[in-house]
Amino acid sequence: MRVAIASGKGGTGKTTVSVNLADLLARHRPVVLADLDVEEPNSGLFVQAETVHEEAVHRMVPSWVADQCTFCGVCQEVCQFNALIETGSEVMVFRELCHSCYACSELCPVEALPMTPMKIGDLSHRRSGSLDLVQGCLDIGQEQAVPLIAHTLDYLGARFSKDTLILCDAPPGTACSMIEAVKDADFVLLVTEPTPFGLHDLKLAVETVRGLGRPCAVVINRHGLGNADVEAYCRQEGIPVAARLPHSREAAQCYARGQLIHPHVPEVAAQLEAVAGFIQRIEQEGAA
Amino acid sequence: MKIAFTSQGTTPDAPMDPRFGRTAFLLVYDEESGQYEHCDNRQVEGVAHGAAVQTARRLFEMGAQVLVTGNGPGGNAASVLQRSGVQTFIGAGGMTVERAYAAWKSGKLQRFE
Repeated sequence: MRVAIASGKGGTGKTTVSVNLADLLARHRPVVLADLDVEEPNSGLFVQAETVHEEAVHRMVPSWVADQCTFCGVCQEVCQFNALIETGSEVMVFRELCHSCYACSELCPVEALPMTPMKIGDLSHRRSGSLDLVQGCLDIGQEQAVPLIAHTLDYLGARFSKDTLILCDAPPGTACSMIEAVKDADFVLLVTEPTPFGLHDLKLAVETVRGLGRPCAVVINRHGLGNADVEAYCRQEGIPVAARLPHSREAAQCYARGQLIHPHVPEVAAQLEAVAGFIQRIEQEGAA
Repeated sequence: MKIAFTSQGTTPDAPMDPRFGRTAFLLVYDEESGQYEHCDNRQVEGVAHGAAVQTARRLFEMGAQVLVTGNGPGGNAASVLQRSGVQTFIGAGGMTVERAYAAWKSGKLQRFE
């Protein structure tokens, strides 16, 4: 089963919940933690593990063959992303605008735009006991996270069976990269904080997740801060609140030191146990 | 010589649009005929990425040898314009198209390279 841990607002505690929950669950069973926040993956900072596999990840972009080109203009007509332009003496390709759709390459009548691989990032797979950590890391300067997220998900699909529990630390926001990380998840945990900003972005995330037809629950982090509007919203919308992690100075101190929180702060551990129980119930419902 | 201006309107008294990629109109003055022609570029409003590349295509289609604009094009647009041989002049953002033409003619605008 794949559980995506997402949020609308950044900095609500996706990684905190992901790494602590994965560590807690891995004490009793095999768990995979996948860091799909490829623009700033940081789950790995909290896990000491041995490398199992590493690979460079590429995507395909067209490269122009001057000798072949007849300047017919088809490529720039068919490109939906403005990634190609004829300047009169050459065809310029803007690789960062290209979405690897192959239209220019396939429709070029003289095969002057063969698709070639361009490196976009790296995938790493590490293991510590019964916890596997799979992480995508986008190269600096690359603008598109989606192809790397998709590749990381393909790797997970090929490497682990359907009944393995995979926790995916998703990118923040509700844009393409978050959607890629969430769209095929069996369940989505939305981490929020009980503040007006947290609620505003939670609503956007709920809309997005519902649009994708994914079931979801909310984890309130830093509970005790702000107000009760998030609780009221969840009640009104019929969204279960799986846990309420306390607003705790000790938790923040652990995180800042790069430590897992649950071994040091019992109130956090108790709430994460509640999330673990919640996930187990969903698994059982799914299997039944 | 044909000179293109990024403008907010379709007539020579229109204010310049300081932006290149997302300019509302391209207004081209043909010095030989003394005529202006324009191209509506407002469809780039809905384009998330690559607006400047699209605008550059319209510019090439209009056959201008010189571009007069305001802020100066961004990275992608700059490389397209350099490689295409269109000479670009900037700093005309606060003028009308007519005044921008006069300023360019008298060499008062900065060449963008």
